[in-house]
Amino acid sequence: MEQTYIKAINIALHEEMRRDENVFIMGEDVADLGGAFKATEGLLAAFGEERVIDTPISEALIVGAGIGAAVLGMRPVVEMQFADFISCAFDQIVNMAATLRYRHGGKAACPLVVRAPSGAGVHGALFHSQNPEAWFTRVPGLKVVAPATVYDAKGLLKSAIRDGNPVVYFEHKRLYRSIKEDLPEGDFTVPIGVAEIRKEGGDLSLITYGGTLGPSLDAARIVEKEDGLAVEVLDLRTLLPLDREAVLATARKTGKVLIVHEDRLTGGIGGEIAALISEHAFEDLDGPVRRVAALDTHVAFSPPLEQTILPDTNRILEAIRGLAAY
Amino acid sequence: MDITKDKLLEMYRSMQRIRHFESKIRDLATANEIPGFVHVSIGEEASAAGICAALRKTDRITSTHRGHGHLIAKGGRLDKMMAEIYGKRGGYCKGKGGSMHIVDFSLGILGANGIVGAGLPIATGSALAAQVAGRDDVTACFFGDGASNEGTFHESLNLASVWKLPVIFVCENNGFGEFTPMRTVTSVSDIAVRARAHDLPGVIVDGNDVLEVFKVASEAVARARAGEGPTLIECKTYRWEGHVVGEAAILGEYAYRSKEEVDSWKLKCPLIRFEKWCAENKKIDAGELQRIVTETEKELDEAIAFARSSELPAASEVTDDVFA
Repeated sequence: MEQTYIKAINIALHEEMRRDENVFIMGEDVADLGGAFKATEGLLAAFGEERVIDTPISEALIVGAGIGAAVLGMRPVVEMQFADFISCAFDQIVNMAATLRYRHGGKAACPLVVRAPSGAGVHGALFHSQNPEAWFTRVPGLKVVAPATVYDAKGLLKSAIRDGNPVVYFEHKRLYRSIKEDLPEGDFTVPIGVAEIRKEGGDLSLITYGGTLGPSLDAARIVEKEDGLAVEVLDLRTLLPLDREAVLATARKTGKVLIVHEDRLTGGIGGEIAALISEHAFEDLDGPVRRVAALDTHVAFSPPLEQTILPDTNRILEAIRGLAAY
Repeated sequence: MDITKDKLLEMYRSMQRIRHFESKIRDLATANEIPGFVHVSIGEEASAAGICAALRKTDRITSTHRGHGHLIAKGGRLDKMMAEIYGKRGGYCKGKGGSMHIVDFSLGILGANGIVGAGLPIATGSALAAQVAGRDDVTACFFGDGASNEGTFHESLNLASVWKLPVIFVCENNGFGEFTPMRTVTSVSDIAVRARAHDLPGVIVDGNDVLEVFKVASEAVARARAGEGPTLIECKTYRWEGHVVGEAAILGEYAYRSKEEVDSWKLKCPLIRFEKWCAENKKIDAGELQRIVTETEKELDEAIAFARSSELPAASEVTDDVFA
């Protein structure tokens, strides 16, 4: 049956809560209202107020209380209403959750999921548009996932909930109702740490994730038709741990790599991927590894500025053609 | 406390400017003429007007995501606000900030703020700066009942109390933290009692009575100027519109509160209440009040014309102002 991205998240939560009574939901407006975006709709009615809990606007507490419950064997799925607000809970995620197992000599686990609606393109301005994944992708002990498809939205959330580690789950809010796919019913998972080739090709590799998979595929199809270029599109799906083998395999196969993300250029995960390729696949490269990303500025409110800042199909097209001609 | 006629007129003008501006913003957002999302404060005009009427130009405010009213009451220009909300270059922030981030440092407006609770430490720092400089300027910090559950609330009240900083913490308690009723997630029914935990005065006031708000604010300002420290003022009020304009499209009508409740608060309109008081006490005749309405309508029309005719920012401006 055809479902939206947000519905896939909702279905995953329903199914996991039915499967495991230790799973519970906590966050702002998640219970009575069913979430500001409606991701948790129907959960209160199905599972009751002990398992679907409205909190005050207290981000550090929401994550911290999740950690406390997780170490005692529960599997909390907590929501940051906008990913931008995750900075208010930064200490609890980075210092507390991520280090918990290590600093206790492996004696404890922290199976916590932090859901974070991220991304721009809705004119939300500086504090309702961010892609803060790179603040977390350098933190050992955390896992970071960013689904780009309806199928992965469901499958990765299920894996995140079943994982024994804290997982930050970035869901791109522009995708919530803008993409629809035929979603298989029933239980399936998408493994964390495994990238997926979305389109095969031999001329050039495009590595992306989350909100920029759509525009990247559009650009790949256009150059295929207009330029006869076969672009291979790799969807990372998980940002930490990175699927290094998949990254290196596509780099070695085509010799030309373009990395695309909606996060900023400087300090974005593209830099890490470029370094990885440079270290381990240098001999196979036929050109420089290039990046298309948000400009190094804040996400401005005014639509023409926001549009300029964000990568789009045209910028990706231009970069593909430039790199192909190198 | 005897309030001068000029002060009464100033407060009424503030409330009318807020009501007109916010109603227009709601309509423009509904018609998709302005981008993004906006939070309007219709019904809450008296707290903004009453607090800011007790301040002088060199005093400062910090504001919230629902900040248009505070900025207007502190003297913000409707044309530059409107242009900002349109995302135009002529706006207060050159179109970069939008509705939730408007500032005017020349008026002591240190900024609206899209992060709940983020203004409290900044207001505390502004008060510290005044104290260090030996000036008797006061900072009023607006925030909601929701923010009073953030750590920054307690951190700020504590230190402002320790250092006797000239700051007034103004909690506009409208009963809802976004979409969640305050009573379901808050340990107290009056935010003002939390002042006790930090040993500063906590005062509850009818936030729809601009005269009472002004009186309470004036006392708190006098205390702050005299170096006697901060006050927490809780204005009990209500927002007539949703948390965000257009929310019903996703959530449905009256998803988290009843029509009866909303309607009951409309009967407590702060503007009508003030008009009645003026008539009953023969303070200001209706014609004089009407003139303010007429002038406000004209000011708003000009603001919209300014916003519409202002240019959109150019792509080349996108990295301007990242650094000093």
